[in-house]
Amino acid sequence: MGLISAGTTIFDAGSVNAGGAMTFIKKITASSSSTISFVHGSSSVVFDGTYKEYLFTFNNLHPAANACDFMFQVSTNGGSSYGVSMTSCYTQLYHREDGNSGQVAHRTGALNALGNSTGFQSMSTADGIGDDNDQCGSGHMRFFNPASTTFVKNWMIDFTHYTNDNASMRNLVAGYVNTTSAVNAIRFKMNNGSSDQNTDSGDICLYGIS
Amino acid sequence: MAVVSNGTTIIDAGSLGASIASGPMNLLSSQTASGSANISFTSGITSAYKEYLFSFHNIHPATDGAKFGFQFNASGESGFNETLTSMYWRTYNNEAANSAGTGYVTSEDQAQGTAFTILDGGVGADADQCTAGHVKLFDPSNTSHVKHFIFRGTHYDVNNFVADVFVGGYVNTTAAITEMQFKFSSGNIDAGTIKMYGIK
Repeated sequence: MGLISAGTTIFDAGSVNAGGAMTFIKKITASSSSTISFVHGSSSVVFDGTYKEYLFTFNNLHPAANACDFMFQVSTNGGSSYGVSMTSCYTQLYHREDGNSGQVAHRTGALNALGNSTGFQSMSTADGIGDDNDQCGSGHMRFFNPASTTFVKNWMIDFTHYTNDNASMRNLVAGYVNTTSAVNAIRFKMNNGSSDQNTDSGDICLYGIS
Repeated sequence: MAVVSNGTTIIDAGSLGASIASGPMNLLSSQTASGSANISFTSGITSAYKEYLFSFHNIHPATDGAKFGFQFNASGESGFNETLTSMYWRTYNNEAANSAGTGYVTSEDQAQGTAFTILDGGVGADADQCTAGHVKLFDPSNTSHVKHFIFRGTHYDVNNFVADVFVGGYVNTTAAITEMQFKFSSGNIDAGTIKMYGIK
């Protein structure tokens, strides 16, 4: 039984609308996963006009191979195909465990700064995530109004990872999906520069922001 | 119908009572532009929260290349012209991927200035162009310290590139900040939404 007050559902089906603006939608835990996909309408995923802003959180993503880029693409047809044109820019801050190489870098190239490209967008570019047992990557991605059929779709990423050459890297990436079609699916994967690799462990959570 | 327990309103008019614990991030106000000269938040910035988040998306200018920005009013003041010191840093890349860069932009910072804080290099007015981002304002009701703010946003620039913009600064007053306004450097805000959240 639900309780509805003035048209607003206060609680229903075992969950309470406690007034917070951030709603948990879905958690996917990697287990030697080739890709991790969030498709609207599938497996309880909501990724449409229900919310005007979505937050993905990346927790302890650990690749199966050394020096991996963690990357994403989006879909406008429910995941039937991926690779919608995006334009992006990439800033990276890093510092090695030996105390050297602390600096800010501007990353360009096919995976990093897309120019209306349908390729994957990296968020952990060279050097990539290491595959030592304790190495991983974590961060956030904000995706604005994916269901808009008027505007491009803006997104922003803040991701940090433990690199294969033992540095801390912080990756600040932003861009837009250059389409006025609604975006309704997104997929993530690892790639070590020569081939796709599994995500051995870690999780990605999706939240809607009211 | 309201639900009242021991004199405390638990539920009424579609929302939880004010004294009922809710999530740490609460939507306080949402405004959508439609040919609007500005979007102003003139109530709700109080001591109830130590941090306020302003999230905007699909902000579309009427004027090609207009720059989106914000300013504040301290309690009892008007004109949205508080004294600010701020920095501005951005990274960009164009759609041809042949013009990219990163760096500090001195023309967009302020040193004890009273102008609007600029949040982009000029948003395009093509039908699909817009800007989105977050402004965080910390402890606006503090009467001992200055009021810090930080911003990160991304926009589809008038010159057909994407930019990732970072702004930080402080309102150099010990008076409480109670009002905030967003507008373009010229022309109306044709479309877009700004939401104000309180963060516990």
